[in-house]
Amino acid sequence: MSVTRTRVNAGVPGMIDPVLASRLQFAITTIVHIIFPVMSMGLAPFLIYFTWKDIRTGAPIYEQLRRFWTKIFAISFVVGTVTGIVLEFEFGTNFAAFSTAAGELFGGPLAVEGMMAFMLEATFLGVFVFGRERVGDALYFVSSVAVGLGTWLSAVWILIANSWMQMPRGYEVVTENGQPVIHLVDPLAAYFTPRFGYMYIHMQNAAVESVALFMAGVAAYFVFRHHVWGYQTQHVEFWEVTLKIALVALLITAPLQVLHGDMYGRHVAETQPQKFAAMEAVWETEAYVPEYLVAVPTSLDQLTDPRAKELFGIGIPGGASWLASGGDPSAEIRGLETFESEPPPVAIVFWAFRGMVGLGFWFILLAFWGGYRWFTGELFEDGLLHKALMASSLLGIVAVHLGWIVTEVGRQPWVIQGVMKTSEGVSPGLTAAEATVTLVGFVLVYAALLGLYVYVIARIIRNGPPGESSLRSVPDTPQSPSAPGAPGVADDD
Amino acid sequence: MISVEALSAGPLFGLPLAELWFALLFVMLGTFLFLDGFDFGAGAIFAGLSGRAERESVLSAIGPFWDGNEVWLVVFGGALFASFPAAYANLFSRHYLLMFGILGALILRGLAPEMYEQRHDARWQRWWGRSFVAGSVLAPFLLGAFAGNWLVGSARSATLVGVVVGVTLTALTVVSGAAFLRLKAGETLPARVTRYGLVAVAGYLVAVVATLAVLALRLPGGAAALFDPLILGLVVASVGLAGGYALALRRGANLVALAAAGGLTYGLAAVVGLLMYPQIDPAVGLRVDEAIVSTLPLNLMTIGASLLLPLVTVYFVVLYSAFSGPISPEETY
Repeated sequence: MSVTRTRVNAGVPGMIDPVLASRLQFAITTIVHIIFPVMSMGLAPFLIYFTWKDIRTGAPIYEQLRRFWTKIFAISFVVGTVTGIVLEFEFGTNFAAFSTAAGELFGGPLAVEGMMAFMLEATFLGVFVFGRERVGDALYFVSSVAVGLGTWLSAVWILIANSWMQMPRGYEVVTENGQPVIHLVDPLAAYFTPRFGYMYIHMQNAAVESVALFMAGVAAYFVFRHHVWGYQTQHVEFWEVTLKIALVALLITAPLQVLHGDMYGRHVAETQPQKFAAMEAVWETEAYVPEYLVAVPTSLDQLTDPRAKELFGIGIPGGASWLASGGDPSAEIRGLETFESEPPPVAIVFWAFRGMVGLGFWFILLAFWGGYRWFTGELFEDGLLHKALMASSLLGIVAVHLGWIVTEVGRQPWVIQGVMKTSEGVSPGLTAAEATVTLVGFVLVYAALLGLYVYVIARIIRNGPPGESSLRSVPDTPQSPSAPGAPGVADDD
Repeated sequence: MISVEALSAGPLFGLPLAELWFALLFVMLGTFLFLDGFDFGAGAIFAGLSGRAERESVLSAIGPFWDGNEVWLVVFGGALFASFPAAYANLFSRHYLLMFGILGALILRGLAPEMYEQRHDARWQRWWGRSFVAGSVLAPFLLGAFAGNWLVGSARSATLVGVVVGVTLTALTVVSGAAFLRLKAGETLPARVTRYGLVAVAGYLVAVVATLAVLALRLPGGAAALFDPLILGLVVASVGLAGGYALALRRGANLVALAAAGGLTYGLAAVVGLLMYPQIDPAVGLRVDEAIVSTLPLNLMTIGASLLLPLVTVYFVVLYSAFSGPISPEETY
């Protein structure tokens, strides 16, 4: 389907074409925004655990953990709120044709996300962040669960909307007043596509894994400083516990992510063959397709084309076929040249996929390395492990970015797979001047925003957890963990 | 389980769902403008305060609330998208730069209270104070400009009606903000906060008169549209509420003053909605009954909203009762 439109000043020098500018702007605003939900969704289970342990044991360490990570959560949540509203507005401002055509299916999940999830997290966040002295233990714990549940429910509705764009079902296209409009026919089919489950598990596990890596990296720095370098470091016990908790989370999430990712990849091969072909850069339909780990074109003209005809590559024979089919190295993969529409930007999808998968395996290695050192009692002495963890502290978020690039760039040229092209979804009246102004504005504002966020988080980390004197847990309360034989206070870490 | 066929056959219980959703949108918009309005107003009043204790008490007063309040804008946007997708797409793309202006103002305002507390040196706090004030004043002004342009169906964003409605809404947020601050931070704030509220409410009435005059010129229906009994009734009620607000604020009945400010805000949203109906995008003559989504998604949305909005109300009751009474600046994580 196509939407006709006139562009008044698309050719003005110095101005970017509104279609390209809208795509770039959406890409930039999403890439920056996703960092904050990853932090808040990933921190949520940790905060619920810390709150529970704090209330049950009254041990100072859990109050420190709760208060320290709540600070980082609160900042992430606030920046996530202000950057998230931008995305909701951009569907209308920049992709009005898409919104008009698909609003009937796409608007509902966004509205429900606001009412069901965002409201829950934003209201209880007030209680959770500011209300420890005002509410009882039970309501305080409930507020931690409500905030966490809210962040995870948010993802449910956003991914319901996104998975429908990847795998549209339960709809029909009708032409009304000369405009194609997509109508909802079967809500269950439309909103609970098989893709949704894959995306949700992959995303939520990735968020927890990313936060575990972040916690481990930060904690490793202080542990390294103290134990390896021998500098006197404040709150060493706090960072040791943080490192252990993060490692436990990493040992669970890292292998799960790769195992589940393999199933997800097979599902993509079945349901979005064009995207899968771009992930593997298969141009002509072939069998026994190797999984290239490195692919370098032999001619400079084809530098960005990972499967140019003249290619030097190192690959696992039959690897890509094996992935696509779930174990058959001779399986056929449909090539990009067999599709009617133009292919997505293959180089971006190909390399982003390799980067994500490579990182996924690296995280498993890190998890087992750390687990092994813990088992041998050398967790706090292995300087190389600490350095590896520090270097990897932000790589979880990078992997999330790469994964979403595979998902979204790999779906191009479609905004709704096979139904509507992204270029047809852009607002018809948008001028090049307007689009360029906001694109440049976002580049500047979001660079500043990101810099500010990093600065503030770094400051919070440098200041460390709250000191003993400011804690509300008093060591001589009846629930004190030091009281021998007190019920329910066994420290199982 | 209700079948898809039954849900596609006709509106739930034969209700006039298009009209109900149109009304609900203005209730959501009014709720946002009232709740986040007092946060915006507190931000504007912040500019008139100088001492560190005074300024911090303003930030503490809105701290637990503003994020939840702002979500009403997200819900309004989502509900407009879901119930009238074409109107959402037309409006947001037509007032392209205005929408990004609103988003920019919300970023300045939203970051400021969090950032302010991160460092305690004067320069840092001076700049975040400015960000807080600028965002808090610009957000209602630009939102008002959006509402004015929406109502008269302007194709441009920088218009006289936009400026007038923007000023009206900004004055109204200061009205709410003064009452809210008296309620939550009364002890630490100087007496002039009350005066700000009284000046703002007088300014609001003047701005309303100016708005009505401009609307009489710019509305497609002309001045005749304003002589609707409901509209006139709301205008008269607003004058009464403004008087009640002034009396209550002077006597220290701050909750009553805040409720009166709420009445003014919902009244303003109602006037805009009533003048617009039966259209939802007057610029292209798009009517409510044309723009509404088809029956099946409309019924689903109605079921969803009837289940969720009562829950949302409970969340807000929990939040506001947990933080009933004054909030001291020591209450922070």
